[in-house]
Amino acid sequence: MFETLTDRFEAAFTKLRGRGRLSADDVDTALSEIRVALLEADVNLDVVSNLTARIRERAVGEELSRALNPAQQVVKIVLSELTESLGGERLALTYASKPPTVVLLAGLQGTGKTTNAAKLAQWFLRQGRSPLLVGADLQRPAAVEQLRTLGGRVGVPVFSHSRSPVKAASASLAEATRTGRDVVIVDTAGRLAIDAEMMDQVRRISKAVKPDYTFLVVDATVGQDAVNSARAFHQSLALDGVILTKLDGDARGGAALSVKEVVGRPIAFASVGEKLDDFEPFHPDRLASRILGMGDVETLIDKAESAFEAEQAEQTATRLLEGTFTLDDFLSTMQQVLGMGNLRSLIGMMPGVPRELRSADIDDSRIGRITGMIHSMTPAERADPDIIDASRRQRIAAGSGCRPADVKSLIDQFKQMRSMMKGLGGLGGKRAPAGSRARSSKQSGRAKQRSGSQRRSGGRTTPKGPAPASKAPLSLPGLEKGDWPGFN
Amino acid sequence: MTPVLLIIVLVALAVIVVAAAVLIVRRRRAATASGSGASAGDVADRVVDRVAERSAAQSGVTGTSLRDRLSKARAALGGPLASALERASSSEEAWTDVTEALIRADVGLATSSEIVSAARARVEPGADGSQPAVVALKSELRDRLGGFDRSLARRDDGAGPAVWLFVGVNGTGKTTTIGKLAKREADRGARVVLAAGDTFRAAAADQLAMWSERSSAHIVRGAEGADPASVVFDAVESAAARGADLVMADTAGRFHTSQNLMAELQKVRRVAERGTGVVTETLLVLDATTGQNGLAQARQFTEAVDVTGVVLTKLDGSAKGGIVVSVQTELGVPVKLVGVGEGIADLVPFDETEFVDALFD
Repeated sequence: MFETLTDRFEAAFTKLRGRGRLSADDVDTALSEIRVALLEADVNLDVVSNLTARIRERAVGEELSRALNPAQQVVKIVLSELTESLGGERLALTYASKPPTVVLLAGLQGTGKTTNAAKLAQWFLRQGRSPLLVGADLQRPAAVEQLRTLGGRVGVPVFSHSRSPVKAASASLAEATRTGRDVVIVDTAGRLAIDAEMMDQVRRISKAVKPDYTFLVVDATVGQDAVNSARAFHQSLALDGVILTKLDGDARGGAALSVKEVVGRPIAFASVGEKLDDFEPFHPDRLASRILGMGDVETLIDKAESAFEAEQAEQTATRLLEGTFTLDDFLSTMQQVLGMGNLRSLIGMMPGVPRELRSADIDDSRIGRITGMIHSMTPAERADPDIIDASRRQRIAAGSGCRPADVKSLIDQFKQMRSMMKGLGGLGGKRAPAGSRARSSKQSGRAKQRSGSQRRSGGRTTPKGPAPASKAPLSLPGLEKGDWPGFN
Repeated sequence: MTPVLLIIVLVALAVIVVAAAVLIVRRRRAATASGSGASAGDVADRVVDRVAERSAAQSGVTGTSLRDRLSKARAALGGPLASALERASSSEEAWTDVTEALIRADVGLATSSEIVSAARARVEPGADGSQPAVVALKSELRDRLGGFDRSLARRDDGAGPAVWLFVGVNGTGKTTTIGKLAKREADRGARVVLAAGDTFRAAAADQLAMWSERSSAHIVRGAEGADPASVVFDAVESAAARGADLVMADTAGRFHTSQNLMAELQKVRRVAERGTGVVTETLLVLDATTGQNGLAQARQFTEAVDVTGVVLTKLDGSAKGGIVVSVQTELGVPVKLVGVGEGIADLVPFDETEFVDALFD
């Protein structure tokens, strides 16, 4: 279920490598897997049919790129088709010339309308607006209470009417004008698309407030039925956009594709967590990868694979964990890592990296200085930084245009990192899934390659033998916040 | 941390992650290559091709917008399976059509194709036309869904209250389900105490309190943000003190992917049994609109708190709730109750025959 699309048809494609163009047969082989992936991601069957037709049209006859194998190339086409389908026109929110600007939220029960009304209110606050929340859900017990509590939390007033949702909505406009609020967000009751009476009620609410924007709130876990409800709401209310919620789970979110195809209006916002801050403009590219089951880790791996030779990456990791990592290794690794793209975005994709590190500010010019210093060292110095004394430091500093203190700090910190990583390698296999796998799997290769090497050998800290097949998720053991030396 | 050390550490991390990831991918690829995904792919191809044929036949004009085509396809499917099957010119097409109906009901591609192959094995080789397919499929489904004990367990030792714990992801209808069920059980003579264990969502306890008035059940609530385990514990103590025999415990909606929240739920379950209470039912509330993620939800909740049954809510809409077929066959967790509306009486026992018929409506 979790294998990526690339994995899935890589096997089918191996014999095709090196041909000139993607043939109809090649593409059909891939499409079969794409259909499976899309259906497993809850994309509606009609939408799958349409999408795969479009993908086929785009892919057949495409010239094979030299950089990608056919499997990767088809995935690329699929990804860009999905991204375009999900994205396209962006919703540019403009404000009514005569305030208030009215936003109406509608949707099925339990999709998160009330919570997202508050999230949206906070978003408008941050845009410098002064929103008013309107509780027009008198159906669900305590829904207005919930809105009041949330409104209190974000510091936005809540208006309601105890008997009629339509009156609550219509009276809210005067209330907004009276209290000088320039955005009105109307939270409506959840309703089934086939409930004629309730659909009529939301139409009346809409007529009463004449919303500038009507958003359908859609839950990312929804299945095939997403198209039916979206169509019904669109016919009743003429939607302007979609808010996609519950992306904090592991649902693939194919429903978003279905809804987008039916409604044809932009997905404006994504709700990615329970906190009121977990609300952001929608990123079609991220969801496209997610629908195909290509998480960020997969993106990272794909990038890594193009930048690194797999064998080489494993060897480097071994040296790192055994404490035999040299400045030369560091330099070449750093260059490869940088070849994968912006360092910061890479950190964002790594699992298990503490939040503090993710948000750390990394100045790319520092990387240039580090490179300069290492280039100014002799091979012997790079292999064994311990031999660098004050006079060598002077020379390196002069060669790279730095102060000797900078050189010292680089070397100290390099050694600190090295001993930290070595400590990591010494952890028990159970606690160190990533490390132990990287380490033990290529003992033999490493031994062969490095026998007779001049370098000092690091102590082997783990037994030989194949790595235990563990299904534990990728994580970096022992790297909780407290374990980062010098990190505050 | 200085920027230099930061960069060094990050580069080191990158290389470890990459190496580990490469190995995992390689192992995965090896596994994929040895397994066969072909059958699911074939089924998907056949079904999607049928859908495309039909929508092409309906639209006639290729220039119409996609949206029009979608709604036309849908309208034509209107009295869906029956009319599709009428047009099926061979039993092969009929089987493809029933597979399609299952997929549209959120049964899922893999489960659908497995069920269809099992149903095919039931049909005599010579039989043609679509009717045998539907009959075989329905009885296959009924067999898979049937034979479970769907009663809600109480205690007969009289040593303290039975606790029914309600769990699930956000917005599936846990609080509403408890409200309705409290009324039903109270009407049947149970003395019910409600535990407002959702201390996270704003006004969740108020919502439950309004339901408690309708059923005259006593409610125990804590402050917003209070430890849900302590609220449930208090409710069990209060029930024991009043001689109530049933505690229904609400919990905050949580995603099965959140380890902390799942640990919190395990604690709630443990603490519910610290006094005289015994958890006799842990009910997973699943929304009928849920797609394939429902199986992952059910699996994780079952692992964490040993789910004893599913409440399938919102089945009065157009969604069919087909994911419970997988939940029941793969995890052995039966659907015990079905929510069919917002009224206090709109909670009914699950009936596999009705459910299977509705899958094809």
